[in-house]
Amino acid sequence: MISSPYISQKTSVSIIMLKVMVALIPAIIAYVWYFGPAILISLTLASVTAIAFETIALKLRGLPVQPFLMDGSALVTAWLLALSIPSIAPWWLIVVGLFFAIIVAKHLYGGLGNNIFNPAMVGYAILIISFPVPMTQWAAPHTLAADHLGIIDAAQYIFQGVLPGTLDAISSATPLDTLRTQLQLNRTITEITQAPVFGAIGGQGGEVVALLFLLGGIYMWLARLITWHIPVAFLGALALISGIFHLYDASHYASPWLHLATGGAMLGAFFIATDPVTGATTPKGKIIFGAGIGILTYLIRIIGAYPDGVAFAVLLMNIAVPLIDAYTQPAVYGHKGNKS
Amino acid sequence: MTRPLYQFNGGIHPEENKNISTQHPIVTAPIPTQLIVPVHQHIGQAAKPCVSEGEHVLKGQIIAHAEGYISTAIHAPSSGIVSKVGMHALPHPSGLSDICIYIDTDGKDEWCERQPIDYRNLNASALRNRLRDMGIAGLGGAVFPSFIKLNPGVPQKVKTLLLNGGECEPWISCDDMTMRERATEILAGAEIMRFMLRAETVLIGIEDNKPVAITAMQNAAALCNFPVEVIVIPTRYPSGGAKQMIKVITGKEVPSGGRSTDIGVATFNVGTAYAIHRAVHHGEPLISRIITITGNVQQARNVEALIGTPMDVLLQIAGGHPHAVSGYVMGGPMMGIDLQDIDVPVVKATNCILVKSDKLFPPPLPAMPCIRCGRCADACPADLQPQELYWFSRAKNFDKAQKYQLFDCIECGCCSYVCPSHIPLVQYYRYAKSEISAQQLEYKAADHARNRHETRLARIDREKQERAEKLAQKAASKPAAVLADDASAAAKKATIQAAIDRVKTNQATTQPPTEQS
Repeated sequence: MISSPYISQKTSVSIIMLKVMVALIPAIIAYVWYFGPAILISLTLASVTAIAFETIALKLRGLPVQPFLMDGSALVTAWLLALSIPSIAPWWLIVVGLFFAIIVAKHLYGGLGNNIFNPAMVGYAILIISFPVPMTQWAAPHTLAADHLGIIDAAQYIFQGVLPGTLDAISSATPLDTLRTQLQLNRTITEITQAPVFGAIGGQGGEVVALLFLLGGIYMWLARLITWHIPVAFLGALALISGIFHLYDASHYASPWLHLATGGAMLGAFFIATDPVTGATTPKGKIIFGAGIGILTYLIRIIGAYPDGVAFAVLLMNIAVPLIDAYTQPAVYGHKGNKS
Repeated sequence: MTRPLYQFNGGIHPEENKNISTQHPIVTAPIPTQLIVPVHQHIGQAAKPCVSEGEHVLKGQIIAHAEGYISTAIHAPSSGIVSKVGMHALPHPSGLSDICIYIDTDGKDEWCERQPIDYRNLNASALRNRLRDMGIAGLGGAVFPSFIKLNPGVPQKVKTLLLNGGECEPWISCDDMTMRERATEILAGAEIMRFMLRAETVLIGIEDNKPVAITAMQNAAALCNFPVEVIVIPTRYPSGGAKQMIKVITGKEVPSGGRSTDIGVATFNVGTAYAIHRAVHHGEPLISRIITITGNVQQARNVEALIGTPMDVLLQIAGGHPHAVSGYVMGGPMMGIDLQDIDVPVVKATNCILVKSDKLFPPPLPAMPCIRCGRCADACPADLQPQELYWFSRAKNFDKAQKYQLFDCIECGCCSYVCPSHIPLVQYYRYAKSEISAQQLEYKAADHARNRHETRLARIDREKQERAEKLAQKAASKPAAVLADDASAAAKKATIQAAIDRVKTNQATTQPPTEQS
């Protein structure tokens, strides 16, 4: 029997996911502008693969395919993973990544709403551990690349590994990679960041893409898709801890600006850490969760074995979510004592 | 004068749809040929019928007496003959039947003797009893007997009398119309309540979407000889909930499990104040109320209807339905209850009859998994974590649900309203609450049974011991007598033994050895 309420807001998970994808579009356009059209191929490939895996998983689980597929969560996972790995990576990389993201991290854990770990980050973590080499071959920004891959060339390279020129001509190390290798050579931050790949703050092209992720995030905040807590805590903690180290020794520790504008910080703060299913839900909990990711990201960046730490930081904090939520329950009405 | 207002967390802004029922003044509904008056219309114990079939009753005459402390009397809403005292379905989600007094009206609408109450010269408890006999119960929906709440407390607890004119439920406008048309009378009621509560101030909280009612109340307040303040609060569902309104106006929270009087505020619906005015100044018990008829009807409006009027009869006033009817709701779309049948009578709690159609109230979409987006938590005016409560209720983890304060949920429906996965959250909480209550009843019953059993065993033991002691005493006190009677006793014993043997042989021959109990 139906009982009250008899009215509801016109909203759905599909609309939320659709808006998240809309928020990603400005950054994707900038991505194409700076790094070439390969990202469009990998996004399309990721979308098709994700839908296929999602359909198979739903069928195997005996669930109605259409309503669950329409929730759009698989597409968001696909896009986030595609944006997290090199756009010119071979096709099987994204397929393997999505297999782990959608089949393992999501459906084996009970499907949307029941997964403990952020699916896109599980996919990313598996890939960077298993296939570190293709995972570090990033497209160079067009201002630095000797060769430019058109859409046909890019497709040929992604699907067949055939290049018109050399790999070095189209790819370059990311700023964080450069930072890590150069620091090991005992060069100072000031010397290292002279390299053209660093751009104005956080990497040529990359910093613009990051800025547009930030704008997309602000749109999501205004559209009430996310609250401010996680992104602000994440970026704030990252800025704070990198700022402290930078003040302590500016020649060995990069500035907070670099850390904010580079790597997966902006994408992670607004689009990945804010995944509601795997994140904390209480206001205080969100701040702890976000700040934890910020600090872990920084620590992995400066002392870990991988150039960027967002994925591992998110996964580590995912584990802590039930505990965080349990200890940060806000006071219920009438339980606060009346101090007014 | 402006006073600072506070905020409760959460809340929603559903479409109001109130204007369609405020276009016409309140009309008096015609007297139906038959009134069906339930004896249980308030929270607490049902009233006890005191009329019999065939008896002629006058309008306003008591037909059922208050029974027990938390109870109020029930009156004949019009004059006529009691044709039956029997079961009829009530406006209750279960469609349950209960005792009702059927009155075949005679159309004369003849009053019994009405005695206004000289409230200033009556002692407090006598005055409260009069209101109990006048059948006054809260008309905001909870129908709690008002006389109990009209108690200043010992020592004086109440400082503020708060009249609730929030009426935040969409579609409903009965309080709005009452305030527009009967502002002076509401304040006359407030004066009585203030006197009874010995309250310092009277506040009237009204949502800012009712400008006409606000002006009417302000004009009436200006003429009052006691301090009254009309407080305009922002429109946000559920600010008409007593706890939320108190938070908005005073900044204080009613302690969990406590009452508003714990923080010095006594809260009543404006309609209740009006009913008290009628009872005290005119000697008229609560036999009618103002009801919004709206939704899928030709002419939405507010009517003053007699308690006991069958809802299907009442609906004729609204003149048909533009769309196919998909159901009826008593109350608003957020917290109202679905009616199984529409032939149920109007009761004191009936503030609105909402006729549904699929067009106005589309059936709910299929529920999808919870993605923990937390919109429910943002919308919850009780500051709960609905997503966690959902999880626990669904998993029947009732201990955890209680730990997360399930019982502080006011079932306002905000969480269900905002849920992007269309999960009927409130239903889960109602289910969990009823399961927990049933469990507790079961535990209580089991405890009771165990106690009884243990007491019984103890009693048997004790009696055995007492008997043994008595016997021992007897034996100790009369040893000589026993010895003296020894001879005759032996003779007696022999006779008895002989008799027993006879019986035994008889039994052995005549009866099969069965049924030895």
